[in-house]
Amino acid sequence: MEIPGFGTYRGASFSELLQVDHPQLTIDWSRLGNVESLGVPHGTTVLAFQYSDGVLVAGDRLATEGHRVASRDIQKVYATDDHSMIAIAGAAGPAIEMARIMRVELEHYEKIEGQALELDGKANKLAQMIRANLPAAMQGLVVVPLFAGYDLRRKQGRIWKFDVTGGRYEEADFEATGSGGLYARESLKKSHRSSVSREEALDIAVSALTDAADEDRATGGIDMQRGIFPTVICCSEPGIEQAGEDELRRVYEAVLARRSSGGSSS
Amino acid sequence: MSMPFYVSPEQVMADKAEYARKGIGRGKSSITLEFDGGIAVMAENQSTLSKIGEIYDRIAFAGVGKFSEFDQLRKIGVRYADMRGYQYSRDDVRGRALANAYSQAIGDVFTRELKPLEVEVIVAEVGDPELVGHEQSEIYRVLFDGSISDHRGFCVIGGSEEELTGYLQTNYQTDLPLGEALRLGRTALQRAAEGQTAVPPENLEVCLLEKARVGRKFRRLSTDELREHLGA
Repeated sequence: MEIPGFGTYRGASFSELLQVDHPQLTIDWSRLGNVESLGVPHGTTVLAFQYSDGVLVAGDRLATEGHRVASRDIQKVYATDDHSMIAIAGAAGPAIEMARIMRVELEHYEKIEGQALELDGKANKLAQMIRANLPAAMQGLVVVPLFAGYDLRRKQGRIWKFDVTGGRYEEADFEATGSGGLYARESLKKSHRSSVSREEALDIAVSALTDAADEDRATGGIDMQRGIFPTVICCSEPGIEQAGEDELRRVYEAVLARRSSGGSSS
Repeated sequence: MSMPFYVSPEQVMADKAEYARKGIGRGKSSITLEFDGGIAVMAENQSTLSKIGEIYDRIAFAGVGKFSEFDQLRKIGVRYADMRGYQYSRDDVRGRALANAYSQAIGDVFTRELKPLEVEVIVAEVGDPELVGHEQSEIYRVLFDGSISDHRGFCVIGGSEEELTGYLQTNYQTDLPLGEALRLGRTALQRAAEGQTAVPPENLEVCLLEKARVGRKFRRLSTDELREHLGA
């Protein structure tokens, strides 16, 4: 029986519901020219790696518009539910929107079906959303997030990276992306081990972001003057937990002290 | 040319109402009641198919009657709420608006279609002390013909609704602790279960909207948790 006044979509996906019943809320990118010339803010460096309890995801807070600072304190790492998170890099507007839709998508599926998606299913869904964004990417609005979470079935943290065509690649240890991603990855390559404790993991994350900010002008380091700290979220079996500012300040001071006393890269 | 038989509109409506009432009356009841920490929704339900569901942060749904029909209404409610929350903000998703939308839709089917929906639904919204104008909990009931009513304290739908409402009117008190509220709800449901002395916890479906929770306040109680709360 058709119940009147509520649209026609009958599935469990929120992004499909948007497209089918509320197309006025979506944009047909294929009809637009290159949007990048408008100068939209871009997010810079995000990273993710495994540690002993699960997975850690971190991102700096700077958004740039060409050579200028667009925002000093945007958020690039978002919890998508109790056991997964998304870290965005690329055009900030569509990327933040994608993170938001992803969050609604997971909750929506869980409520409609009465059961949450498996972590694999979540990563797959995100890959489809990135592929659907391809027309926008062709106009210059590239969104390539990292997705990470704790797999309650396998009892381990997992990390995925994506390409603009929706290619989905699982990473065993660590990954970083964005303008400073290369430097963050170099830093992680030297310092990272999957067996580290949460405390050491915070140190590794802050060191990698500091290295990225050191080499890439578009990446924001830790801004002690304004009190702006990176977003660092740990995800383990009990759920997600964001590192506090006091803790990050302490870790950062330790990293600085080690470096200024003649220590090398980490 | 043969003339169709004339049937008065009153007769058509009365027939449809009777048909719907019969369908709903065959099923079991569901009780929604406020306790000191939020709202509890209870239903006697032996199957794994849920009669109670989460709609949004502070909103729960309960249905009685034909499963396929009220479950469709539940899903519609989730779509409606998630869409609202996405377009505006999470605080803009309100139970009253959803109950009104249900009322319109169910009423529309009742007048237009040959077969009315054989359902009664509850939309319960737990109050939030920090949300101005929405500190109080609200319970809305929508009948098979689209008529809508709001309730304070408790509300019963389906099955032996009148008897249970009478029982709760004499026994319900405001600000009951959770355990007592659940025991009261179970005792009420037992009155509806003919010949059965006690409804075992595994035959009860119980969901809570807890004021103290942050964000999504809906929680489904497991049989073990329920047993603990009932003290049985």
